[in-house]
Amino acid sequence: MQCHSMQKIAFFITICHIEKEKNFGIMKSNKEYIFPKTRTGIDGLDEITGGGFPTGRPTLICGSAGCGKTLLAMQFLVKGIMEDNEPGVFMNFEESAKDLSQNVKSLGFDLDKLIAQKKLRIDHVRIEQSEIEETGEYDLEGLFIRLNYAIDTIGAKRVVLDTIESLFGGLSDQRILRAELRRLFQWLKDKGVTAIITGERGEKSLTRQGLEEYVSDCVILLDFRVIDQIATRRLRIVKYRGSTHGSNEYPFLIDEDGISVLPITSLKLEHSVSADIISTGLPALDKLFKGKGIFRGSSTLITGSAGTAKTILASYFALSSCRRRERVLYFSFEESPAQLIRNMKSLDINLEPYVKSKLLHIHSSRPSLQGLEMHLLVLHKLIKEFKPLTVIVDPISSLVTVGSSSEVRAMLVRLMDILKGNGITALFTSLNNGSRNEMADLTEDAISSLADTWIKLRNEELDSGRMRGLLVVKSRGMGHSNEVNDFIITDKGIEILNANKADKIHADK
Amino acid sequence: MAEEEKYELRLYVAGQTPKSILAIKNITKYCKEHLDGQYSLEVIDLLKNPQLAEGDQIFAIPTLVRKVPEPIRKIIGDLSNEERVLVGLDIRTL
Repeated sequence: MQCHSMQKIAFFITICHIEKEKNFGIMKSNKEYIFPKTRTGIDGLDEITGGGFPTGRPTLICGSAGCGKTLLAMQFLVKGIMEDNEPGVFMNFEESAKDLSQNVKSLGFDLDKLIAQKKLRIDHVRIEQSEIEETGEYDLEGLFIRLNYAIDTIGAKRVVLDTIESLFGGLSDQRILRAELRRLFQWLKDKGVTAIITGERGEKSLTRQGLEEYVSDCVILLDFRVIDQIATRRLRIVKYRGSTHGSNEYPFLIDEDGISVLPITSLKLEHSVSADIISTGLPALDKLFKGKGIFRGSSTLITGSAGTAKTILASYFALSSCRRRERVLYFSFEESPAQLIRNMKSLDINLEPYVKSKLLHIHSSRPSLQGLEMHLLVLHKLIKEFKPLTVIVDPISSLVTVGSSSEVRAMLVRLMDILKGNGITALFTSLNNGSRNEMADLTEDAISSLADTWIKLRNEELDSGRMRGLLVVKSRGMGHSNEVNDFIITDKGIEILNANKADKIHADK
Repeated sequence: MAEEEKYELRLYVAGQTPKSILAIKNITKYCKEHLDGQYSLEVIDLLKNPQLAEGDQIFAIPTLVRKVPEPIRKIIGDLSNEERVLVGLDIRTL
C-alpha cells in the first residue's frame, strides 16, 4: 500500500514538473505546445530533431575519437552566427584556438574573422596536470567566471564546451568535479544559452564520465564504423526530452561544406502528384503509353541485360528534358561524361550543347568509392544544389554491389522519397539476369515495385541475328501497350519497328 | 634558504567566500614564516576583474600561481595543507 502511494506522489511531482516546464515554451492552445528550438545549422539535423536543439538548454554530443564531435559543435556556432546572427562562445579543453581555427579553415569557416567581428570567442582552457597541485577545498568558479565573461562580452546565445571531460584528466578530486559539473549545467540553463557539450564515448556508458546523467534534455550519439572497408558515419538521437524525434540511425557525411545528415524515410506517402504528361524523348516510345508519355514526377525503371540500349533510352530521356529547358542531373556510374557524350553522338543524340548550357549535369563516379549512404548523400546534396527536374541514375544496380540487401532496399526507398518529395521525374536503369548477379536482381525486385513505370529491354539471338525487344511491364495510372516491340539501333538512334501496331492494343484500362 | 630568489605569487579568488578567505589567511601566514621579505603576493578578485582569468589559465578557485621563479606552478584549493603548499611552491623549509 505504502509503495503504491509513493508512486502516486512521484507521479504527481512529475506532472507538476511538466507543468512548470511548459511555461518556458509557447502555449498555442491547451493541447498544442511548441517546444522552443534552435536551428543547428547542420543540413538534415533540423529535420530529424523537429527544428533543432532545445533552446536555452544543454545538448550532449557523444562519440568516439574522430567521429566529428568538434566539427559538429563548431558548425553549430559558425552557422548560428552567419545564418541566425547568434554570437557564440567556444570553450575548448583540448586544442588551442589556433589549431582549432586551422582545422576548420578547410571547411570555409574563417574563425579569425568572426572573432575580429566580436561574433565568436574561443577560450582555450589548458589544464596542465604537471604544474597543478591540489590542496584543500576548491570549486570551479574560475571556469564559470571565464565562461560568463566570454558570453557577456559578445552577447552569446550559443555555447560549446569541447570536451569538458578533460577536467577529469587534469584534476583528481572527482567529488568536487561532479558537483561542479552539475552546477555548471544548471548554470548554463539559468543563463539561457543553447549549449553543446561534447563527451568521449565510454565503454559501458555513453560518455566516459557519465555526463549523460547531468545533461538530460538532449543526447546525440555519433558513430564511426567501417563495414566491408567502407567507412560510414552515423548519428542517432538517444533522447530528446519533451520533443518527438527520429529514432533511427542516420548516416552523415563530412565534406568540404561540413557535416550534413541524411534525413530519411518519411514513411508517409503524401507527395503531391501531377497529371502533366511528359515525353520520354522517343516519340515511338511515347506512343506505347495511352497518355502519349509518362507522368511528370513519376519514376521509371528500365531493366535489361548488357547491351540492351538502357543508356541510350536514358539519354533520350535526358535530351527530352533539356529540350523542355528543364535541368537534368545524370548520375553515370559506368561511363565518364566525355565518354557518354561521345557514344551518344554516334547515335545522333547530341548532349554536348546542353552540358555547356548547364541544363545537363553529368556526375560520374565509381560505385565502390563510397558506401551506399554516402552515394545517397551525394545524390541528395547535388539535387539540392542543382535543383533538377529530372534525375537519371545509370545504372542503379552498380550501387548495389556496395551494400547488403536490406541496406539496398532502404536506400532505394529513401532515394525514391527524396525524388518524389521534390517532384522530380526519375529514371533508373538496372542491369539484370545476364550478369548472373544476385544482387542486381535484388535491385530489380526492390525497385520495380517502387517504380511507377517499368520498361524491360531484351536481346534475342535468332538464327538470322539479333532481335531487340522492348516491353512496357507496367505504368501506373495509364494504359500501355502489352506487346513486345521490336526495335533497331541505327546511326539515327532507336527505331521502334512495330510501333504502329501498338496503337491498336492499348491496354485494358 | 634561497638567497636572492624572489617569489612572485598571485592568488586568484572570487569574492569573499570562506574558501577564499581561508586561502588568503593561509598563504599570508606561510609567506611570513618561510619567505619573509622575499616575496610579493597579489590577490586578484575575479568577480571584479573577470578578464584576468584567461591569462593565467584559471579555472578553479582559489588558485595560487607562482609566476616567479619559473616554471609556473599552480596550487588549487584553500591551501590548508601547509606541507603540500610548500612542496608545490618548491619552498625549502628550514
